[in-house]
Amino acid sequence: MVGSMIGIVLYLVFAPFVGGLISGIDRKLTARMQGRIGPPLLQPFYDVRKLINKEILLINNMQFLFAWCFVIFIAFTGALFYGGVNILLVVFVLTTAAMFLVLEATTTNSPFSVMGANREMMQMLSYEPMVLLTAVGFYVATGIGPHDGTFNISEIITHSDIPNVVYLPGVFIGYLYILTIKLRKSPFDISMSHHAHQEMVKGITTELTGGMMALIEISHWYENVFLLGLVALFILCSKWWSIPLALIVCAAAFFLEVLIDNTSARVKWDLMLKSAWIITLVFGAINIFILQMF
Amino acid sequence: MATKVAKSPWLLHYDGSSCNGCDIEVLACLTPIYDVERFGIINTGNPKHADILLITGGINTQNKAVVEQLYSQMPEPKVVCAVGICACNGGVFKECYNIIGGVDKVIPVDVYVPGCAARPNAIIDGVVKALGVLEEKRKNMKGGAAE
Repeated sequence: MVGSMIGIVLYLVFAPFVGGLISGIDRKLTARMQGRIGPPLLQPFYDVRKLINKEILLINNMQFLFAWCFVIFIAFTGALFYGGVNILLVVFVLTTAAMFLVLEATTTNSPFSVMGANREMMQMLSYEPMVLLTAVGFYVATGIGPHDGTFNISEIITHSDIPNVVYLPGVFIGYLYILTIKLRKSPFDISMSHHAHQEMVKGITTELTGGMMALIEISHWYENVFLLGLVALFILCSKWWSIPLALIVCAAAFFLEVLIDNTSARVKWDLMLKSAWIITLVFGAINIFILQMF
Repeated sequence: MATKVAKSPWLLHYDGSSCNGCDIEVLACLTPIYDVERFGIINTGNPKHADILLITGGINTQNKAVVEQLYSQMPEPKVVCAVGICACNGGVFKECYNIIGGVDKVIPVDVYVPGCAARPNAIIDGVVKALGVLEEKRKNMKGGAAE
């Protein structure tokens, strides 16, 4: 109980800083890959500070409400995760949070926002099965051997001295695939891209100004720290060496996402949906099916 | 001087009735040679996220309303930077029947960057000058209410 409280407090306080730093590293890496010098490492923090100092032009009050709901539910998702409670609950709260962003964009009635919202729902449709299968995968993997399966995150870590990825290589590949969608990286950044001059301006965040945009940025930092935490969950086990190993794997996964971002063009939504579901079925479902036979 | 807004200026680039010469130079600023992202400058396509409105080319009767709307959609504090001689006063197109004149005929302009076409170095210099104005405007916006 005390352990999970510490986890929650540490996450809520430090995740924005870690997430912002990760975002800064991302931009620096991207610039270096393109042969540029790139912005300072702390640039995402400067951006958010700037946004907070800007005027807020609200389209309607619902926008305000839903943007706040988004950041609260994303922080809640991560808090549940780092608190070590039920992973299914985490997955469901994550979906709720994502829906608030869609609602926020829909209320503005702007064509670009609404297009972004539609595409965001397509993205959710693409990644949601794999996120659920990841939770199920952990349940099945922890059920191998003398124990019963569990959805409890702290038990997933402590139940054995072998990393879960050994049992769940397919699920891990599937999760890495949808991580590209979740991190809003090319080729799947179809609802909102970090790069300028898109056919839909800034997609789902087009109508957000000043402090509201800062909120969304901060919630993305929270979200990214949570998503990388889920990568770490594949590696963590009761042995001490799993902690540095998990950090290395997280860094490698993130580097891979930045590399993919910089070397691919965005695809249409139908290719994203089809490929994500095929990967989910081929790697995720077959992996779990094979585990079930033991 | 580099505080609050000056470290993260986001640009909105609008092409008035430009010949595209200045536009290409603006885009050249984003390339590895000039790399304006070093200063945290991002070329955003969205007036609602922008701090600096960068206009190339003069104002004609058709884009007058567009420029006014873009300007009104930008949240305060905001600055306008006219790039190229056409945006400054109409340039060679000044006498044309459809040209109203420079950008300052419809919205207030803070920084003028002359040239035909304006060189990337000059554009970056103009943007950096605009940052000072931006910071000044932010201070005035607060107007002693909070600080």
